[in-house]
Amino acid sequence: MRYIHGFRDGAAAAALEQLIGSEVDSNREYHLMEFCGGHTHAIFRYGVEDLLPPNVRLVHGPGCPVCVLAMPRLDAAIELAIRRDITLVSYGDMVRVPASRRRSLLKARAQGADVRMVYSALEALEIAAAHREREIVFFAIGFETTTPATAHLILEAHRRGLKNLTVYCNHVVTPAAIQSILDAPGAGDANQVRIDGFIGPSHVSAVIGSAPYEAFSQNYHKPVVIAGFEPLDVMQAVFMLIRQINDGRACVENQFTRGVTRAGNIKAQAIVSEVLELRPNFEWRGLGRLARSAMRIKSAYAQYDAEKRFVMTETSVRENAACQCPSIIRGQKKPTDCTIFGTVCTPRSPIGSCMVSAEGVCAAYYKYRRTRNGLPA
Amino acid sequence: MCLAVPLRVIALLGEDWAEAEVGGVVSRVSIALIGEVNVGDYLIVHAGFAITRLDVEEAEKTLALFAEISAHLAEVQHALHPRLP
Repeated sequence: MRYIHGFRDGAAAAALEQLIGSEVDSNREYHLMEFCGGHTHAIFRYGVEDLLPPNVRLVHGPGCPVCVLAMPRLDAAIELAIRRDITLVSYGDMVRVPASRRRSLLKARAQGADVRMVYSALEALEIAAAHREREIVFFAIGFETTTPATAHLILEAHRRGLKNLTVYCNHVVTPAAIQSILDAPGAGDANQVRIDGFIGPSHVSAVIGSAPYEAFSQNYHKPVVIAGFEPLDVMQAVFMLIRQINDGRACVENQFTRGVTRAGNIKAQAIVSEVLELRPNFEWRGLGRLARSAMRIKSAYAQYDAEKRFVMTETSVRENAACQCPSIIRGQKKPTDCTIFGTVCTPRSPIGSCMVSAEGVCAAYYKYRRTRNGLPA
Repeated sequence: MCLAVPLRVIALLGEDWAEAEVGGVVSRVSIALIGEVNVGDYLIVHAGFAITRLDVEEAEKTLALFAEISAHLAEVQHALHPRLP
């Protein structure tokens, strides 16, 4: 446990708080975006924001794959799940997520659909091997941390000659989403919330390395510090970002040296590029259609592609007009700026994407901040 | 979603599998994404897969840095507010 609890030490957090306090320039504002939902969750859970000076603001980004999955894709998965010959396998995060008309995979299961929750993608292999008479579809979602597991699953299915396993691939890529936030209309506008630097994701970067972020520091002059998910990691990263901003520097620094290198995990990258390729574009809930932002299965492995084996239709869905999620995940608004937050939209019956997953910004606000905002406990 | 946990390898199970432990919880971990590991290595595990090794030397360096900062803070506070014997 040393490498978990060691990074949660209260005395060190108090020391980092002082260090940050002595480094900040009280005449300027610091807007730092943590891209990843894992960081958002750690920041709220450990109260990191309360340890920062008032002019250091953390802006919560869109890095939660469940939150950004477009609803028509989820609707299509539910359509598959309710077919009698199909078993749909997915991660636990996915099954509660509401689709259009208040449906979800969990409700589909209650109505008799065969939906299974797994911890590891490889469990889909065992299910496929045990039920050769059924079609097993793995509903794959996640950022680059999870993508290699899906690629490995396809290679293993190929090696074992499993013909009844397909993958519905919804893997998304981190740099494209950061790019879209930097290029968003109004990003350079003084009235909009600006972003002075990024806290980069640790586990995504363990796979892709720190090199892909170099374009943001060079082309947009934004410092990036890759940070671990424990509270001391986040605080050290905030300190490193403030120091870069004060010095007028913008480079990629690595706080998570215990797991991230510049090149990343070469073997995992090779497995991914053997099986998967970038889609020309992909719809993100709240961010719109982004170029080269998601993965699909290469034609050499088309027999494992659920989108090729089954007829899948994506019908467009209208989001609730009051929902502010698109502005919230860009960091332009806070959950408390939304009229339906905590009243109509709650973790039990979420309306917008940020309330859907435990890692979403609205869900974190609801869980850790609602008493402070005067909402019913 | 991207959460991962550092686990210590306690046994090699052959064919891309290892047994690893944290806080008394033992799990079967696929090492297909990282290749050869040894008993005693720390792995960063996400959804049943080791996505990379935990570099123990670097982890210790970071922990030592935190310890140094808090020791320094304690010293400064003691100098400002010395406790009477």
